[in-house]
Amino acid sequence: MEVQVTVNGQSHSADCEPRTLLVHFIREQLGLTGTNIGCDTSSCGACTVHIDGESVKSCTMFAAQARGADITTIEGLAADDGTLHPMQQAFMECHGLQCGYCTPGMVMAATSLLSENPSPTETEVREGLEGNLCRCTGYHNIVKSVLAAAGGES
Amino acid sequence: MSSVGTPMLRKEDPKLLTGEGKYVDDIQVAGQLWMGMVRSPYAHATINSVDASAAAEAPGVHAVYTATDLLGMGLWIGPLPCAWPVTPDMVNPPHFPVADGEVHHVGEIVAVVLADDRYRAADAAELVVVDYEPLPVVASVADAVADASMVHSSLESNKAYHWPLIPDPDALEAAFANATHHVDASFVQQRMIPSAMEPRGVLAVPSPHGGDITLYSATQVPHILKVMVAATTGIPESKIRVIAPAVGGGFGAKLNVNPDELLAVTLANKLGRPVRWTETRSEAAFSTHQGRGQNQRIELAADGDGKLLGVRVHLDADMGAYMMLITPGVPLLGSFLYTGVYAVPAFGFTCDGWFTNLTPTDAYRGAGRPEASYAIERAMDILASKVGIGPDEIRRRNYLAGGEHFENLDVPSTLTFDSGHYGPSLDRALELAGYGDLRAEQQARRDGGSTKQLGIGMCTYVEICGLAPSRALGGLGYGAGGWEHATVRMLPTGKVEVVSGSTPHGQGHETSWSQIVADKLGVDPADVEVLHSDTAISPLGLDTYGSRSLAVGGVAIANACDKVVEKAKLIAAHSMEASADDMEFDGGMFSVAGSPDKAMAIQEIAFGAFTAHDLPDGMEPNLQEQTTWDPPNFAFPFGTHVAVVEIDEDTGNVELQNYIAVDDCGVQVNPMIVAGQVHGGIAQGVGQALWEGANYDEDGNCTNPSFMDYLVPSPTEMPNFTLDFTVTPSTSNPLGVKGVGEAGTIGSAAAVINAVCDGLSPYGVTDIEMPATPQRVWRAIQDGKGGAS
Ligand code: FES
Ligand code: FES
Repeated sequence: MEVQVTVNGQSHSADCEPRTLLVHFIREQLGLTGTNIGCDTSSCGACTVHIDGESVKSCTMFAAQARGADITTIEGLAADDGTLHPMQQAFMECHGLQCGYCTPGMVMAATSLLSENPSPTETEVREGLEGNLCRCTGYHNIVKSVLAAAGGES
Repeated sequence: MSSVGTPMLRKEDPKLLTGEGKYVDDIQVAGQLWMGMVRSPYAHATINSVDASAAAEAPGVHAVYTATDLLGMGLWIGPLPCAWPVTPDMVNPPHFPVADGEVHHVGEIVAVVLADDRYRAADAAELVVVDYEPLPVVASVADAVADASMVHSSLESNKAYHWPLIPDPDALEAAFANATHHVDASFVQQRMIPSAMEPRGVLAVPSPHGGDITLYSATQVPHILKVMVAATTGIPESKIRVIAPAVGGGFGAKLNVNPDELLAVTLANKLGRPVRWTETRSEAAFSTHQGRGQNQRIELAADGDGKLLGVRVHLDADMGAYMMLITPGVPLLGSFLYTGVYAVPAFGFTCDGWFTNLTPTDAYRGAGRPEASYAIERAMDILASKVGIGPDEIRRRNYLAGGEHFENLDVPSTLTFDSGHYGPSLDRALELAGYGDLRAEQQARRDGGSTKQLGIGMCTYVEICGLAPSRALGGLGYGAGGWEHATVRMLPTGKVEVVSGSTPHGQGHETSWSQIVADKLGVDPADVEVLHSDTAISPLGLDTYGSRSLAVGGVAIANACDKVVEKAKLIAAHSMEASADDMEFDGGMFSVAGSPDKAMAIQEIAFGAFTAHDLPDGMEPNLQEQTTWDPPNFAFPFGTHVAVVEIDEDTGNVELQNYIAVDDCGVQVNPMIVAGQVHGGIAQGVGQALWEGANYDEDGNCTNPSFMDYLVPSPTEMPNFTLDFTVTPSTSNPLGVKGVGEAGTIGSAAAVINAVCDGLSPYGVTDIEMPATPQRVWRAIQDGKGGAS
């Protein structure tokens, strides 16, 4: 079946099976492999993207359910000239990533968190990212990154 | 200005932050076929028959191979390798990528489907009908020790080996005979599912003209993998290229040679088409080895003051169904550390390795060393309460060198510790924790009848890094050396290219290596390009595990830089018509001693070495040097961790409230990266202490393979960590570095469980098994109350 979506401002149309998960569609049909897959139980958040402005785990829905949607993936976050998004910059400055595998999902979840709550407390950051797992950082520097991006302490 | 010692931001990050990092599963190639694995649902069974006909007819299926087909195709000239036969008579049943007639753990591969995409491969794998005859299952070490039934029908005992390390048996006997206090404690190191966030994956791509094959693998060990693929398949080494692209964490789980890797290579080679596979998370409990899995017994003999006289240890270690790459050696990596940071006159260690019908075990962050540190540090707390002194005091009384600075100290487990200075790490950790106030608050809560108990636990660990002096490995029966290789070349433009055999998967090597090179050559770190993780670019290497990268690979790079400077000095002297002995080198500039106005930049010399128009007679063109560093000794980082927990008496829930770590990894290259390694390590040790563990039923089924049930710590369960460092340079290498990749994990599980037991002491609880789940804690409280009343 044909699925049309707008991803990072560009319209894409591709053929897929009705059962194709959105994350596989984004990665394999559209070739945007920044969005990662870390589990098969919707537990890890590595696949987090924004759909119509909301953060969504893209392994929890079929591509077909996203028809016509406006999707932002990690590839769409930096400016066209390559300038990192403030959240990406904060992750870099606060060493909020090591292997980088959870990072795209973490950054997408974090930007969505700040759009809902621009100045969260440390606890609110932790709670807001509860659905995103990282095995490398112990979260300390991820939380620090999000707080820094929010303009708090760095 | 020195770059080493500064928190330089990571070169790796922009790519990884923008989705440009390419992990194996991100690499798509035309004509690729997906492998779907047919896995055994039984832990032990005979395979009567396999019917692949329905699967072969399924849409999108290219081929289905049963084990009989695959073994008949002559794809492998030998079984999967075990590189560490720890004793000459170690039992090692043959392990092929597919089960031959009998399966020995749930998830063992019995047939393989090749299909056009991952969905069809999974569908078709479901259609393969296998008729099994179940056999008795050995589902635990206890079952294995009973030896009532065999893990492999071909075995006569489930015991794989017996390994003793008892340097002086008489002294050990005497220590226990003379002891005033005797601690005899048993601990369980549960099986851990390593859970790197990137699942393992492989992609084997044959060259279009035949002959060569490229294997992309989510591996920590591309060089070892290449040798082992050659040795097991018969494909010449020179025809195999292994690439570890971006790798999403390893923690030991990607330090192996796996059935899927050998299937992908050989099938791709046979069919002339790319073959790929990526494990699903729930599959990983079967397709990737697990960690830990030991039953420990530790005995301490001490005098009336609590001064240790002897330590005696026995392990029953769970190998799982097969010996993987270093399965049998993992418990022994810890053997040398069961006396911890303490002066112990007599020591004895024995380990029995046992097969079980479970997923094989192998390295997991710390590999043997967290287990050792856990046992001795838990036992020291028990000794403290027997002696009637605090956990800090028992440690102080027993620290090597009285807690003072030492260098090159022999310990009874036959090693020589490079350097240590344990007292200050404890002092600082307790100061940062506000230890006195914590004890006061703990007492106040107890006195006030609070249902929220405070527990404070500490652990001073030491670990073995810088794996390893090749001779030492040889002495332990390990099948390879422990060196690392590096090439440093200055390019005509003055930029520097570094080729390292060390293979990162999140540790930031490109950044740290650039810092080392920048200082050594006096160049901008931005001008250094680090190449790695591709055996065609970096043909020599022994990869990344055991916190070895900096202390072995980093030192190799530094040494190669020194050689580059030596050669450049000769060229500079020649150009400046001075004696090489009079040349000085500072900040990238060569000058003649006493006439600083005459100077040449190293970049200029690099260009001169490239053009070779005017080199000293007999000198080879180009400015490039290589070295292999084989360390003369291990490095022994150490530190003290303090955990503060709050235990809810009503629910048994343990909340980690505060965590303080004072680590000493010797000289630090990039303190930001060091801190990050400690953070992540702590989280994994805390995970083992409180939540994680692979559970098995009596039939050998893992009952919690997915992230729904296997509880990897989430952001809400972790506190912020308070870190500090002491710096005691290593004497094992010229940089004075030690290694820090595993430190956090090695210090944390003991600190947390010591805290839990400390908090539960009013209920008479002296031990709690990991993970200390709410159920276990609540039960222990109830039992304690019952016992007290
Ligand atoms: S891959 Fe979507 S939540 Fe894990
Ligand atoms: S950075 Fe590796 S999983 Fe988060």
